[in-house]
Amino acid sequence: MFYIHCPYCDEHREEEEFHAKGQAHIARPLDPDACTDEEWGNFLYFRANPRGIHHELWVHAAGCRKFFNITRDTQTYAILETYRLGEQPSVTSQS
Amino acid sequence: MTQPNRLNSGGRIDRDQPMQFEFNGRRYSGFQGDTLASAMLANGVDLVGRSFKYGRRRGIVAAGAEEPNAILQLGATEATQVPNVRATQQELFDGLVAQPTSGWPSLNTDALGMVGKVFGSLLPPGFYYKTFMFPRFGWKLYEKYIRKAAGFGRSPRAEDVDQYDHLNQHADVLIVGAGAAGLAAALSAARSGARVILADEQSEMGGSLLHSRDLMGGKPATQWVADTLAELAGRDNVLLLPRSTVNGYHDHNFLTIHERRTDHIADRAPEGMSRQRLHRVRARWVVLATGAHERPLVFANNDLPGCMLASAVSTYLNRYAVAPGNKLVLMTANDYAYRTAFDWQDAGRDVVAIVDSRADVSGHYQEEAKRRGIAVLLGHGVIEARGSKKVTGAVVASLNADGSAVAGASRTLSCDLIASSGGWSPVVHLSAHTGSRPVWNDDVLGFVPGETLQQMKTAGAVKGSYDLVACLRDGAEQGAEAAKLAGFDATPATTPEVDSWPEAKAMALYSIPHTQPNSRAPKQFVDLQNDVTAAAIELATREGFESIEHVKRYTAMGFGTDQGKLGNINGMAIAAKSLGQSIPDTGTTIFRPNYTPVTFGAVVGRHCGELFEPERYTAMHDWHVQHGAEFENVGQWKRPWYYPKAGETMQQALDRECLATRESIGILDASTLGKIDIQGKDAREFIGRIYTNAWAKLAVGKCRYGLMCHEDGMVFDDGVTSCLGENHFLMTTTTGGAAGVLEWLELYHQTEWPELEVFMNTVTDHWATMTIAGPNARKLLAELCDDIDLDKDSFKFMDWRQGTVAGVPARVFRISFTGELSYEINVQANYGLHVWEKLFEHGEKYNLTPYGTESMHILRAEKGFIIAGQDTDGSVHPYDLNHGWAVKEDKPFSFIGKRGMKREDCVREGRKQLVGLKTKDPKVVLPEGAQAVDDPKQPLPMAMLGHVTSSYYSANLGRSIAMGLIKDGLNRNGDTIYYPLSNGQVVEAEICSTIFLDPKGDRQNV
Amino acid sequence: MSDTFTAVMDQLPTADVLARSPLYQHSALRGDGLQLQENALATQLVIRGNTDDASFVQGVAKATGLALPGNLQSEANNDWRLRWIAPDEWLLTGPANAAFTMETALRENLSGHYAVINVSGGQTLVRLSGANARAVLMKSCPYDVHDRNFPAGKVVSTVFAKSQAIISRLGDDEWELVVRRSFADYIWRWLVDAGQEFGLSEHA
Repeated sequence: MFYIHCPYCDEHREEEEFHAKGQAHIARPLDPDACTDEEWGNFLYFRANPRGIHHELWVHAAGCRKFFNITRDTQTYAILETYRLGEQPSVTSQS
Repeated sequence: MTQPNRLNSGGRIDRDQPMQFEFNGRRYSGFQGDTLASAMLANGVDLVGRSFKYGRRRGIVAAGAEEPNAILQLGATEATQVPNVRATQQELFDGLVAQPTSGWPSLNTDALGMVGKVFGSLLPPGFYYKTFMFPRFGWKLYEKYIRKAAGFGRSPRAEDVDQYDHLNQHADVLIVGAGAAGLAAALSAARSGARVILADEQSEMGGSLLHSRDLMGGKPATQWVADTLAELAGRDNVLLLPRSTVNGYHDHNFLTIHERRTDHIADRAPEGMSRQRLHRVRARWVVLATGAHERPLVFANNDLPGCMLASAVSTYLNRYAVAPGNKLVLMTANDYAYRTAFDWQDAGRDVVAIVDSRADVSGHYQEEAKRRGIAVLLGHGVIEARGSKKVTGAVVASLNADGSAVAGASRTLSCDLIASSGGWSPVVHLSAHTGSRPVWNDDVLGFVPGETLQQMKTAGAVKGSYDLVACLRDGAEQGAEAAKLAGFDATPATTPEVDSWPEAKAMALYSIPHTQPNSRAPKQFVDLQNDVTAAAIELATREGFESIEHVKRYTAMGFGTDQGKLGNINGMAIAAKSLGQSIPDTGTTIFRPNYTPVTFGAVVGRHCGELFEPERYTAMHDWHVQHGAEFENVGQWKRPWYYPKAGETMQQALDRECLATRESIGILDASTLGKIDIQGKDAREFIGRIYTNAWAKLAVGKCRYGLMCHEDGMVFDDGVTSCLGENHFLMTTTTGGAAGVLEWLELYHQTEWPELEVFMNTVTDHWATMTIAGPNARKLLAELCDDIDLDKDSFKFMDWRQGTVAGVPARVFRISFTGELSYEINVQANYGLHVWEKLFEHGEKYNLTPYGTESMHILRAEKGFIIAGQDTDGSVHPYDLNHGWAVKEDKPFSFIGKRGMKREDCVREGRKQLVGLKTKDPKVVLPEGAQAVDDPKQPLPMAMLGHVTSSYYSANLGRSIAMGLIKDGLNRNGDTIYYPLSNGQVVEAEICSTIFLDPKGDRQNV
Repeated sequence: MSDTFTAVMDQLPTADVLARSPLYQHSALRGDGLQLQENALATQLVIRGNTDDASFVQGVAKATGLALPGNLQSEANNDWRLRWIAPDEWLLTGPANAAFTMETALRENLSGHYAVINVSGGQTLVRLSGANARAVLMKSCPYDVHDRNFPAGKVVSTVFAKSQAIISRLGDDEWELVVRRSFADYIWRWLVDAGQEFGLSEHA
């Protein structure tokens, strides 16, 4: 049971209020029709599965309905930061 | 009634409140303040169960959660049965009824002993694999007997009459354990103003102080406990939870506490009160003051009733005024346990000897023993307990310096109680729940909490610090530290001085050698609950199990509800020795939640019965109930499924509903369809990107059907969207898809196209929606609505109009899911029932017939209308559905799904496509899910073409109809295919158009 | 006003039509330190907009007489209560039968990118009061309803009774839930069950 800080409500809330939406920072290609099958396949299906730092997209489904990002350690389940859409993580596997 | 082992004075029991209880069919008495275990011991009940595997007689060993034997079945009635209750944790109440849980056929006869002996030889370690898995039929043969003989109770056969509930808690500091360290921590934290929860599994808080004879600040320890609790109870920032076991420590400082609210009062909870409560706690900081369990020493026949933990003996004496025997032999490897011998002597009982494994020890404790005239055998061990039904003697012998071998001749001391102490094992279970592996500490001779992974502090004996003064001080400091870290201005509470003697170094000793090797000596038990012996662990290591996790699984050591509380360290020490390595190298197994068993009732809370799952009702729900509707669950909605009349079968009701709709008029409560209000200047653009078809030119007052795909091009929802204004649309979704679609729209708006000016909100519940469908729909509507021109040329199919229906402002949509002339009337839900009833008042003459979801399915299937999620399964794109007409390829924006549909696999030949199916025998209704083949006589496995997605009997057509996915189906019109069914029958069907009725759509356009 | 851009609709019947609120079959209940009742048929409007847009902030204030509340806060006068729902979303509740008037007033005072949605039929208000109301809330939702975390005036949208609710604290022992119509009956039953230990009933 995670305890998640919603960067829009600016409060910690119980995991029950949220939905996990997979890996963060996956942008839809601006011109899908120009994508090769491989490029489109990479966008559609290929996701990272790191041991350690992972950036994830979540939505505060039962709260403000806003999507936001979480940096989470997949080993310890520690949430290292949450940040709004359009922002970049301050904690990365490089940092 | 006499209680032969009850002392005349002392203890924390109330002798003025006697209580009757029953164990194994016999009546006994005890006192208020007893546990079931102390009352049983007071009555001289030696035998509490039979062992799991060998059927050996077992008695009470401990006084707390670590008790391995006295695991009983409680309950005076069938409905109040509770299995797996430790007698040491169950408070006595008047009328308590307990049964042994193991020991079929009967506790007191040795019949099981025989069974045990027979099975015992069949049950070496690893019996799960060896005996039950091979031969495969073996398990069935043995299971019945083994389970019956070995179980730790049974579930009740009657419905539980009590209620259980959950409470969500939040704390700045949660302190686990209210012994010396926990109480001191609570004082520090509470005085800072932090919100504190102090939980303790026992009925009384105080832990070992409740049986301590130490003086704290010159006063009895119990006085300090009482004063401390009084202060804590007086603060409104403190919640004291006695009888509450912190059972699980989960992610992000989420802990569960199992509180037994009424188990100590009576067999049933008082009216209006939950029996047990699960507290779900989110704590900012946690202080674990979980203490330590005493470790027994392993020796031959150490499972005989009359072998107990030294500290447990002191607890029974000092707290419950019970002396479980007369003649004590105390075996120890440390000084602390000498106190038990002193307590025993002070209770007027005979101490036969203190058997101390340390050869060279002298200090306060040894001097005190000498002063008291108690014989102390240094450098000795009890190598075997003697007795058939209970302890009658202890075989003692001198040991070599490291306690690994018997060094001298043995002799037998006559006694009826052997208390042992191998030292203490910190209760690291909760710390381990966080994923932190305990680490061995040589000074402590035990595992202590490892790396701290959560916002957690530890205090007192859980760290291996057993000195009372140190525990108090540590508790006060950690409590203050936790409060500080939670943002409060805290200072450590001052703690009282305690007069105590310094203790000499304890010896690292786990099992006592025998004159025979372990494999030949009488059984030396390591894990009493799971019947694991020292020899079994040695056998496991000899058979190649070197990892302690493997040894655990092979022998079952520390399994189940025991979680290795007493046996784990000894077992690891034996494994380490057998493997010729150190204990830290051998490592420990990890403890998992729950710390002690939790009832299903507490887990379930109020999430059962009527409240199990939310039920969503439409505004007309009461009408449906009154008119006998059978309901179908669609998501959480309760939708009318069909409305049977007296004596009707389901099919008869469906036939009637469908015929009435096509012949005259039917009505459907369509309120559950998802409705999303979309406003903003970019609403039209947004919708065009989400749906596959064109929206640029949809005029105000018009409606259009749309398909929604995922990026992979597969259909996931559909519905009609209406243009309410240039910048205002109303989107409908499937009933089950409503929340998901809104989230989908928000996902794209928020992450991809935030520049589009659009706002989306659900209005599903705001509108009550009733669909009237059938040739008389216009006539009926006209009777109730005089401000909309219903003329077919001015209010056309796929138009919507605003007007007044039955006196209520309404939006009327001329859309149809039946293929009939149809109006969907939307009014604010508060007026839904009124309009619905008015429609019936006026509709009677037209035989207005309510129909449910099943008839809706049949009527739409007659027209070939799909249901997303039934005719699609996430692998079907619009062209597969023959819905290419709903895909606008040349829209300027590459709408969601467009690129996906162009993938190689999506444009290949031979994809499964949706077609109509007519069985050759019109009476046969294909089962949904049936697989088609071209040749039913081909050898297995057959080449399958696709499955039936929708199938019904259509009364309007007088035959069965179906839709299904067929490979290349759209090019196979007229082909015959076969559906071999699981019952051997083969159904022959012809591929046809999905539109079975009115292919030109004349009926809906009238 | 209704224009070709957005469809604004007076949804109230002109004739004498019986309105049934979502909880019309449940009467007010009392128990030991606990009262439960529906505040039926209140006007409820969702307002969407951008607080960076001064005209939006001013327009709402002008139409409602209330300043737009910030995160998790509410503003109220005698008739109306404006609750923060999200950074671009507020819920306005007020007297029955006033939706059209208020929506019209809002639209007259607003321009640019905003939305007003009438949801009066789609949700209802449930008043929970008394010293034991907090205990009932603790049984129903995981959000911390302690005084220190949930002072009067605060508004929280959260999971509640296995569904969802918007919880507002109106005073020391006064709480208000906004629940969706379709879930209202279930949530009511949940609350009645949770109030059992405080003797919640029709006649207490």
